[in-house]
Amino acid sequence: MAIKTAEDLKKIKEVALDEATARINDGTQIMVGMGTCGIAAGARDVMTAIMEEVGKRNLKIAITWTGCIGMCEKEVLVDVLRPGEKRITYGNVTPQIVPRIITEHVINGNIVEEYVVGKLD
Amino acid sequence: MQIYRGHVLICAGTGCVASGSKKVQAEMANQLEAFNLENDIKIVETGCHGFCEMGPIVIVYPEGIFYCQVKMEDVKEIVEEHLLKGRPVKRLLFRDQMTEEMVPHYRDIDFYKKQNRIVLGNCGFINPENIKEYIARDGYEALAKALTQMTPEQVIDEVKASGLRGRGGGGFPTGLKWQFARDAKGDKKYVICNADEGDPGAFMDRSVLEGDPHALIEGMAIAAYAIGSDEGYIYVRAEYPLAIKRLQIAIAQAHELGLLGKDIFGSGFNFKLNIKEGAGAFVCGEETALIASIEGRRGEPRVRPPFPANKGLWGKPSNVNNVETFANVPRIIAKGSQWYAGMGTEKSKGTKVFALTGKVKNTGLAEVTMGLTLREIIFEIGGGIIDDKKFKAVQIGGPSGGCIPEQLLDLPIDYDSLISAGAMMGSGGLVVMDEDTCMVELARFFLNFTQMESCGKCTPCREGTKIMLDILERITKGEGKEGDIELLESLAKTIKSTSLCGLGQTAPNPVLATLRYFRDEYEAHIKEKRCPAGVCTALASYSILEDKCIGCTACARVCPVNAISGEVKKPHKIDPAKCIKCGACAQACKFNAIVKK
Repeated sequence: MAIKTAEDLKKIKEVALDEATARINDGTQIMVGMGTCGIAAGARDVMTAIMEEVGKRNLKIAITWTGCIGMCEKEVLVDVLRPGEKRITYGNVTPQIVPRIITEHVINGNIVEEYVVGKLD
Repeated sequence: MQIYRGHVLICAGTGCVASGSKKVQAEMANQLEAFNLENDIKIVETGCHGFCEMGPIVIVYPEGIFYCQVKMEDVKEIVEEHLLKGRPVKRLLFRDQMTEEMVPHYRDIDFYKKQNRIVLGNCGFINPENIKEYIARDGYEALAKALTQMTPEQVIDEVKASGLRGRGGGGFPTGLKWQFARDAKGDKKYVICNADEGDPGAFMDRSVLEGDPHALIEGMAIAAYAIGSDEGYIYVRAEYPLAIKRLQIAIAQAHELGLLGKDIFGSGFNFKLNIKEGAGAFVCGEETALIASIEGRRGEPRVRPPFPANKGLWGKPSNVNNVETFANVPRIIAKGSQWYAGMGTEKSKGTKVFALTGKVKNTGLAEVTMGLTLREIIFEIGGGIIDDKKFKAVQIGGPSGGCIPEQLLDLPIDYDSLISAGAMMGSGGLVVMDEDTCMVELARFFLNFTQMESCGKCTPCREGTKIMLDILERITKGEGKEGDIELLESLAKTIKSTSLCGLGQTAPNPVLATLRYFRDEYEAHIKEKRCPAGVCTALASYSILEDKCIGCTACARVCPVNAISGEVKKPHKIDPAKCIKCGACAQACKFNAIVKK
C-alpha cells in the first residue's frame, strides 16, 4: 500500500505498533507463572488463551512470565499489574476464566475478586 | 494478527556479527522450535547497541533483560530457563565492573545511564530491515509534517533555531548551510550525505546506517524539500558492506510505501535517492573531493569558493551533510527546535555520538548531551582504563584532532571548548591512551596516516607532511637533533595555513597538540635519547636488577643474540652492544628482575 497522506502513515503505524507490543506497550503487565508446577497445572494453555484474547482485543500490554513463586498448590498463577495500582495475583486460573480477567480487570480495572489469592503494593 | 508475548533482540551490527551473533541467531531459531515457542517468541535482528565490548548482545522483551557475550552453547539455556520458565539466566547478565553486581536491565547499566540516546535511540531497538519498525517509532511523521504543514523556509528556520551544527567535525550551523543552498540559483539541486567515515577508530555513522537507516533517509528527504532538491546521493565507503545492504533495503522499502519517489504525501514533492560506493580514500571525506568522486573523477579537492552550495555536484547547487547531522533532523522537526535547543551548551546544542576506543574498559558508542565532561565519558560511561592503569591522554577527532591531557579532563565538551584546547570535535572518535603510550610515537602514527592519505594535489600537504613524518621517525629512532622541535612547529604552521583542503590544514594537529602538552617527551627523546613511556624500541634499554636475579639462566636461554651472560645461581648481565631489545628476556624472567627503561 502506498502512503499518500499522514492518515495513511498513521494506519501503518497502528499495525506496526501492535506487532511491537512486547517492546512498546502501555505499562500494563500480565504475568503467568511458568515454573515446572505452573506448566504441569496447565500454564501453557492459560498463556495461549491470554495471547489469543490480547491479540483479539488489540491490547497494548506486555505479557510476561515468571518462575515458581512457591504457591504451587494454587497454580496456574496469573498476576495483573496496572500502572500505579496494586499487583493482583489470581490462582487456579484456567483458560476459561482468562476472558473475564482481561475484560473486567485488565481493560476496565475491576478486580475479579473470586479468584484473587494475593494483593501486593 | 499474530502476537508474540516476547521479543528476543539479537544484535546484528558489525561488531556483534564479528563476535558470532549470526550463529547465536540461528541456534535461537532452532531452540525456539525445539521448545515449541516459535509462535510465542519472535526473533528481531537489530542494529548496533553501541556496547560492542560485550557482544554478542541479546535483549529479551518485555522485561528488557540484557544478556552479554552470548555464545551458541548458551542459547538452549536462555530458551529453556528464561523464555519457557521465566527464570533469567544469571550467569549471562551484565556485571558491574566496580561492584561485581549483576545488572539485569538494559537501562540500569552504567554504560547507558549517562547517555542521552537521540540519534542512537532506535539503534539496537528496532529491526533496521523492516520499515514498519521505524514507523512504529514515529518514523516519517516528521517528513509528513514538513511536507504537509510547513513551507521550506519554515523548515530551514526550525533547523536554524534548533542550533544544530554539522556533526562531521566542522561544526558549521546546518540551517545556515541549507539556507545557502536554498538561495542558490539553479533548476536542479542535490542533497548529498557524507557517509565516508574515515577516521581511525570512528564508527558512529556506520552504526546509524546499519541500525537506523530510515532516520538518514527521512532527514535527507526533509533537507531536499527545504533547499528545493529532488535528488540525493549517499556517499558511503565500500568497506561498509552491511551498511550498504541495509541502506539498499531501506530505500527499496521507502519507495514501495511511497515515502520516496513521486508526489510524496500528495504534496507534489519528488525525491530520488542514490547510493554511491566510495573506494575508501580518506580525502573523499572532504566535500569537494567527495563530489568529484561521485562524478566519476579522481577524488581530489578543489579550491573553495565556489562552495558546493553554489557549485556542487555536476556544477549544480548542492548541500552536503554528514550522517549524524541528517539523523538529527527528523527528531528536530517532529519535536520542535525548542526541545532540541534545550539540550547542550550555549553554542553547541543537542547530543554528540562518540566512538570510545583504545585503552578503555567499555569500548563502544556513547551518545551524550553536549557539555558533559571527558572525565564522565571516559570514566563513568567508559568504565575507566584497562587494568586500572593511569590515564595519560585522549585523542579526540582522529588524525585531524589533538590530544587532551589529564588536567583538561573536566572540560565540558562542545565544538568551541575543544578548539581552544587545541583539539577538535572531528567526527567524534575518542582514542583513550594510558601511561604506556609514547606521545611522540602517537603523533608519528597519525601523521603516517594522513601522509599516506594525502591526495598529492597541493605541495604543502604532499611534501610537508612527508618531511614532518621523516623528522618524527628520526626522533623515535633516537636520531633527533637540536632544532627538530622548532622545525616541526614551523612546518606545521606553514602546512596549516597553505594547504588546499581540510586534510592538509588539520594534518599537523596531532603533532602540535602533543607538543603543547607533552613537549618534555619530545625533549627526552632528542636530548637524552630516552623514551619516557618505554615504547620506542630503538631508545629502550634492558638491564638486570642484581638483587632480584637468582641466576636461573631462563633469560640467557631465550636471548636470540646471546647478549646475556652469567654463572648459574649468580646475577646475570646484559651486553647493551649485542642487545636487540626484543624483550624476550623480560618475558621469560619469573622474578621481575629485568627492567626496561
